Amino acid sequence: MSEARRARPQPTPETQHFWDGTRAGELRLQRCNACGKVYFPPRPFCPACAAREVSVFAASGKGRLYSYVIHHRPVPGFTPPYAIAVVELDEGPRLMTNIIGCPQTPEALQLDMPVEVVFEKLDDEITLPLFRPVAR
Amino acid sequence: MNPKSIAIVGAAETTRLGVIPDMSQIQLHADAALNAMADAGLKPADIDGIATAGETPVTVAHYLGLTPKWVDGTAVGGCSFMIHVRHAAAAIASGLCRTVLITHGESGRSGVGRTRNVVAPTSLAGQFEQPYGPMGPPTLFTIPVLRYMKTYGLSHEQLAMVSVVQREWAAKNPRATFKTPITVDDVLNSRMIAYPFRLLQCCLVTDGGGALIMVAAERGRDFPQKPVYILGTGESVETPMVSQMQDFTSSRAFRVAGPTAFAEAGITHQDVDHLMIYDAFAHLPIYGLEDLGFVPRGEGGAFIAERNTAPGPNLKLPLNTNGGGLSYMHSGMYGMYALQESVRQMRGTAPAQIPGAKISVCHGVGGMFAASGTIIMSNEPP
Repeated sequence: MSEARRARPQPTPETQHFWDGTRAGELRLQRCNACGKVYFPPRPFCPACAAREVSVFAASGKGRLYSYVIHHRPVPGFTPPYAIAVVELDEGPRLMTNIIGCPQTPEALQLDMPVEVVFEKLDDEITLPLFRPVAR
Repeated sequence: MNPKSIAIVGAAETTRLGVIPDMSQIQLHADAALNAMADAGLKPADIDGIATAGETPVTVAHYLGLTPKWVDGTAVGGCSFMIHVRHAAAAIASGLCRTVLITHGESGRSGVGRTRNVVAPTSLAGQFEQPYGPMGPPTLFTIPVLRYMKTYGLSHEQLAMVSVVQREWAAKNPRATFKTPITVDDVLNSRMIAYPFRLLQCCLVTDGGGALIMVAAERGRDFPQKPVYILGTGESVETPMVSQMQDFTSSRAFRVAGPTAFAEAGITHQDVDHLMIYDAFAHLPIYGLEDLGFVPRGEGGAFIAERNTAPGPNLKLPLNTNGGGLSYMHSGMYGMYALQESVRQMRGTAPAQIPGAKISVCHGVGGMFAASGTIIMSNEPP
């Protein structure tokens, strides 16, 4: 797998805290100080109540496999077949990711199985949050 | 807009559909527009409103020699054209313009003169989806489906039946790209693209275009074709990231656009004679049937698998009678072709004509559950 050739995210001022977090080994989410809503993807205001007072916090990194496809065609940086997955975090938000550390098969990738974050360094600036199955 | 206050008086696709390497994207727009103007007996000087997606309305207006008083460049993916119909109806009703042309053209297969959608690496999708290896709609539009299958028990065989049934409709349509009958086994043995989706559950990639012309209903009888009246319309958007849709078993945009159109039309589901649901992938008719309220949640797959939408003795609700994006054609933004089939059914000129059909519902999706537009048509005069 040639990870360097994946599509590389380019942080913006509003998302920089997230990418600083993954580089530091934290999965950072945001919580609204007014209504308590935990949300993703990052933005400096609450998408539920529009309050600008929000806090960044380190999530548990735990969640469950919510849905996925197993892609069978080649994409730069990936060796097919590979799963493109959505994980639902214990804190509520869902995010797209890859599931590593298990066969990329429907038998191994059971919906609702517990997963935990693993940080995969792409380069000095970008570390991606991937997930792996975990016994719970 | 009052129901039946606006009419479609011109409708046409490009002269050819399928593989058209000798035409660029803008010429596909023009070919369809020229056919629609001929259909309505109009010249460019008669058009005073333009709506389009893919190309800008500036490009299309200039290329066709139009001087519009009203322009709409709403570009939210394949249902942009449903939304153009809605906006045009409102514009004509409020007197902003009299005669609107809506165009679509796309060199989806040949790639001649194609404008491309690029996901910027700074966008939220660029930062939080693209790094995980998606490659366009086959890998993104399909992501919610395993959650749907687990929630409602939809089987792979039921999902395959969507493709089988639509091929049966396509077999009746001389212009359909694929007409040879297929079985559930054929679908489930076709090449795996993105599990659980196989090749025959993914749309075609072809070249083509289409165009519509709309006027106030009181002018509807001044044109050569039988007018088709707009009964109700709806639109909405949800998210540019499929990973962030609220409910993986249902589209919020569908649940806004569909009921809005039904409420405006003042009809019930029992009044619907013909239905188009944009089928870029095999799950979309299932989501559409449920989100528009034709069947209860979780029952869309069984409804199709039990042949309620298929040609034959069980037919209750004719669905995607042109063969759909799965078998008829799909240039990338399929919504225009769904609208064309609804117009043909209302005119009584469809290859697989539903006898006596009076009301057609045409429901579109844009992006990967990003947007939606619903148009309800009638062939009965106000």
